[in-house]
Amino acid sequence: MAAVTDAALMVPGPRSGLSVALRWLLFAILGLFALIYLFPLFVMIVTSLKTLDEVRAGNLLSLPPNPTLEPWISAWSTTCVGLTCEGLKGYFLNSILMTVPAVAISAVLGALNGYVLTKWRFKGDGIVFALILFGCFIPFQIVLLPMARTLGLLGLASSTPGLIFVHVVYGLCFTTLFFRNYYAAFPNDLVKSAMIDGAGFFRIFWRILLPNSIPIIVVTVIWQFTNIWNDFLFGVSFAGGGGAMPVTVALNNIVNSSTGVKEYNVHMAAAIIAALPTLVVYVLAGRYFVRGLMAGAVKG
Amino acid sequence: MASLTIQNVIKRYGTIEILKGINIDIDDGEFLVLVGPSGCGKSTLLNMIAGLDTISDGTIAIDGRRVNELHPKDRDIAMVFQSYALYPNMSVEQNIGFGLEMRGVPKEARAKAIADVARLLQMEHLLKRKPSQLSGGQRQRVAMGRALVRDPKVFLFDEPLSNLDAKLRVEMRTEIKKLHQRLKSTIVYVTHDQIEAMTLATRIAVMRAGELQQLGTPREIYDRPANTFVAGFMGSPPMNLIKAKVVDHDGGPHAAIDRLQDGEIVLPLPANDGLRGAAGRDIILGLRPENITDPQGAVGGAGPVLETDCLIEVTEPTGPDLIAVVEMGGKEVLARLRPDAEARAGQRSRLVFDMGKAVVFDAGTEARIA
Repeated sequence: MAAVTDAALMVPGPRSGLSVALRWLLFAILGLFALIYLFPLFVMIVTSLKTLDEVRAGNLLSLPPNPTLEPWISAWSTTCVGLTCEGLKGYFLNSILMTVPAVAISAVLGALNGYVLTKWRFKGDGIVFALILFGCFIPFQIVLLPMARTLGLLGLASSTPGLIFVHVVYGLCFTTLFFRNYYAAFPNDLVKSAMIDGAGFFRIFWRILLPNSIPIIVVTVIWQFTNIWNDFLFGVSFAGGGGAMPVTVALNNIVNSSTGVKEYNVHMAAAIIAALPTLVVYVLAGRYFVRGLMAGAVKG
Repeated sequence: MASLTIQNVIKRYGTIEILKGINIDIDDGEFLVLVGPSGCGKSTLLNMIAGLDTISDGTIAIDGRRVNELHPKDRDIAMVFQSYALYPNMSVEQNIGFGLEMRGVPKEARAKAIADVARLLQMEHLLKRKPSQLSGGQRQRVAMGRALVRDPKVFLFDEPLSNLDAKLRVEMRTEIKKLHQRLKSTIVYVTHDQIEAMTLATRIAVMRAGELQQLGTPREIYDRPANTFVAGFMGSPPMNLIKAKVVDHDGGPHAAIDRLQDGEIVLPLPANDGLRGAAGRDIILGLRPENITDPQGAVGGAGPVLETDCLIEVTEPTGPDLIAVVEMGGKEVLARLRPDAEARAGQRSRLVFDMGKAVVFDAGTEARIA
């Protein structure tokens, strides 16, 4: 009996020549695509470690003969963004001060929305959800003018709270979608049981739902963090000149500055610095990202 | 512990009535089992008692106090769910203590209550584990512990054993019964398993399509089913329901039944007021399989008995019994013989009809008339 099962489950013993060849072809194609995707990053890294002279003299792909961190230090603390020459660090901080609260607030509100839309159903909840879902498809450009006016009226123009507000409003549609779909598959019996146990609306949310939502929280945080950190349009529109300018806008201003020589090595270092946080978040939580997306999609 | 009164309870979704006026009244310490096929409204009724579903009309009262408008947490009930509904993020201990914690019971008192329940259910060694680390039977136990620890007025069980394998189900069934005998608590228990209903209940409510078919003790339900639905639903194998005609014979009512092979058979009916002057009436005769048996297996009952040869179509040995299938009134009729009874398929065999426990239903309304 065991032998039969084993034989049935195992791949046929000796591989034919053709299947081996096909396998190698597959690996070769995959490898090639991996190289294509890694190529820009490679160029950025080697360039950021060269001096400007080496960049001008050498080949784009050549390794730095004398690796130097000078461009990185310059990008971080001395290069000019517009008229001030203090590097990216201030803007990096701006981005953190904007992204972290915006991610947190939009995630919490999205979770609450999802909780209400699935566990405290009310008349017309389907329409409400459809409208929120519709928000996911509104292009950024459409809201620019009304949002600028709104921020002006609220007294939040060109400020970090203003940007947080914009990103929360815009991100809410997505976070609501994520949490609603996750909670739709969340057993109602747990909520009923908690109700009988005497827990109220927020206690059930806080003690029962949230602790069991780690996968979808990770998905939401990665999604929101990446989008908000990488956002350029809202940043340039609502905080383009002010002290709240996020790092993406600052990076643009460094690279597009029309005065002086083009410091490619500094630009590359600055670009990597600006991209680093999303990369770190993805590497740390990426495993959950895939798992979480699946958890939301397939019940159980 | 408390009494439970369900008065004219109706549940409507839009214009559709899911429950059509249910009346049930049970005393303190009773074990009420709501039983019926899926979709009969038994779980809805349980949810309404729990307060998880609104009551469209009628009254539900616990201990004489109307609870229609009370929040579930204020009804002093505890519920065991079919899915167990254990909080996956909490340990067994925290699961059991959650309800107490929500009610502001101080930590020491909580710990003591949890320890008591754990001892009662013999799961002290599981307290630190997470639900995902437990087997099905252990989860079931924790779910019961969570209900027990609160010491509520009424326990509600929603098909608690249906997710367990057959062996464990029987074990847990006994355990629930023991618990009830020990705690003498009022229990409402929903199941679609008629054996669970028979074994556990002090009173059974048989439901169908939102209507209460019969409310009674297991004995009453089994011996005196109110209609053919109850007769067919309770008991395994179910009661034989045979088309017959009442005839007067030897001065008493008899049931005349057509048979394809052996011709008409006339069975004596128990003397009963419901059958006075019923000659010529079409009826459905209800006879449990154990009341049709071989002569050696027959135990003399109080009622009339008839012995006759019947053509056996099929025999099915179940171990403790031999089920023999014969044809009567155009339907397969099951007889329960001793396992070593000499009955062969395709041959005639002598069967004893113990008519003392026969019941008679009207052929039109299908309600019991005798």
